[in-house]
Amino acid sequence: MIPLSSYLAVSSVLFVTGLIGVLIRRNFIIILMSVEIMLNAANLNLVAFSSYLDSMAGQIVALFIIAIAAGEAAVGLAIIIVVFRGRIATNVDQINLLKW
Amino acid sequence: MNFAVTDIGAVLPEVIVAVYACAILLIEPFLPKGRQEVLAYFGFAALGVAFYGTWNLMRTDLTVMNGMFVLDPFGNFFKLLLYVAAAMTILLSMEYLKREGIDRGEYYAFVLLATCGMMILVSASDLIMVFLGLELMSIPFYILAGFKRFEEKSLEAAAKYFILGSFSSGILLFGISLLYGLSGTTNLQALALHLRGAELQNPAWILAMILLVVGFGFKIAAVPFHMWTPDVYEGAPTPVTAFLSVGSKAASFAVFLRVFIEALGGIQSDWRFLLIFLSVVTIVLGNVVALVQTNIKRMLAYSSIAHAGYAMIGLIVGDSLGIFSLMIYMLIYAFMTLGAFGVVMLLRREGVEGDEIRDFAGLARKDRLTAFAMLIFMFSLAGIPPTAGFVAKFYIFMAAVNAHLTWLVVLGVVFTAVSAYFYLRVVMVMYMKEPDEAVQLSAPPGVVMVLAVAAAVVLLLGIYPSPFLDYAQEAVLKLR
Repeated sequence: MIPLSSYLAVSSVLFVTGLIGVLIRRNFIIILMSVEIMLNAANLNLVAFSSYLDSMAGQIVALFIIAIAAGEAAVGLAIIIVVFRGRIATNVDQINLLKW
Repeated sequence: MNFAVTDIGAVLPEVIVAVYACAILLIEPFLPKGRQEVLAYFGFAALGVAFYGTWNLMRTDLTVMNGMFVLDPFGNFFKLLLYVAAAMTILLSMEYLKREGIDRGEYYAFVLLATCGMMILVSASDLIMVFLGLELMSIPFYILAGFKRFEEKSLEAAAKYFILGSFSSGILLFGISLLYGLSGTTNLQALALHLRGAELQNPAWILAMILLVVGFGFKIAAVPFHMWTPDVYEGAPTPVTAFLSVGSKAASFAVFLRVFIEALGGIQSDWRFLLIFLSVVTIVLGNVVALVQTNIKRMLAYSSIAHAGYAMIGLIVGDSLGIFSLMIYMLIYAFMTLGAFGVVMLLRREGVEGDEIRDFAGLARKDRLTAFAMLIFMFSLAGIPPTAGFVAKFYIFMAAVNAHLTWLVVLGVVFTAVSAYFYLRVVMVMYMKEPDEAVQLSAPPGVVMVLAVAAAVVLLLGIYPSPFLDYAQEAVLKLR
């Protein structure tokens, strides 16, 4: 049986990957993917804890999160499409009308 | 697992708002173009019925749905505030949408869905519900921010809000997963029991706490998680900005309070220092950067950041007086901000965006009443008596003094004085400058109504606040 710590190590790596991806990648779609990776890191955590603690709650939360992430991705892609139509840019550096 | 039919009664206001929102989406395609305004009255009906329901459930205090959802006076106080804010947003929107050529019925459905998310948020008693409510609030807001889809600024606001919003929910979610792993439960009361009298051995608690603070910090626009605020406030349609700054902030503060005081109250000494730090930088940066803004919507964005810093003091204090002062602060902040954004909307006319501070030049000559209303809101935001803003700051600072945080009060007062500069500059421009052109302001009845109500409430709360205070006092979150 794989110990809990391995799961946690994987999920931490995933989370940090997503975090860094959002912060340094400039392509809108890759940023969206990075956010999804962060959500899935949390999912992995929840499912691993759920099996370790022998409680169902974690798996139910994971199911909720999968559904919510789908909704979020749908809205995100829609926004990308509208921005893309307006001007040919999926690069976030070009979205720069507003700045302080 | 047990499920009682009576549980439905407790969530009836949420159900009503959600059903009305779906009904709007269904009716919308069958309405001829230009008749979409009818759906706004649908929205009022939904909010009115929900208001009546919540009003009747006001004093009930029970937990339903297996501890998922709590119906208590604290949540109901925020819900009533949210209904009023949503109704005022719809009033502000009706004419605006037509003028901008975006009068689509979905708009009202999204406003209702966001309201429903906030209602779930303020009543959440389980971390699943917290996340669900947060997303149900945020996703409609991503869409609403980009509702002027022919305008690049608005799209940019939507894109930025989406990236940073979903990023912050990812962080919050990781924090939630850690909390679950550490305690074996996602229920707030069970978490509180788990933490009672416990010594924190595991550093993962601190990590989970930090992740939660980051997630909520984004939603309430606390520095250093405020980067999205000015951009989104400027780019989004003005009524959406008003709702975003009032509704989402109030609901996020309510859930911040519930999670941190109720569930993590046992380890208050661990998170207190972190929040004090956030509050200080938020007050300082919000007020200082607002000084140099030339766009009124950006200025109000930084002002909203600064106000989040003040309101956080109530959370830091964390006793019943602190919670009470935060509730009062959110109530008063809602009315003065809605009013200020209402005035900004009046300045919008053909060819002129009307959101630069210089557009206010000579407003007092052109339209005496509007200028006077703006004067009231600016005085109130600056915290000058006899307006409500003074009462709000007074209670926050009183709570902090009682908790021996006098230095924080001194800092808050100093930066309130700084903030007077940029609020009063607007007043100065309105009253002392000559108008550059003789234009008649349009005065849509909806906006005028919002201004009248907001100005009246701000003055009433400033002069005779006791009925509101008594009411909030009754609704303070029960500390267990």
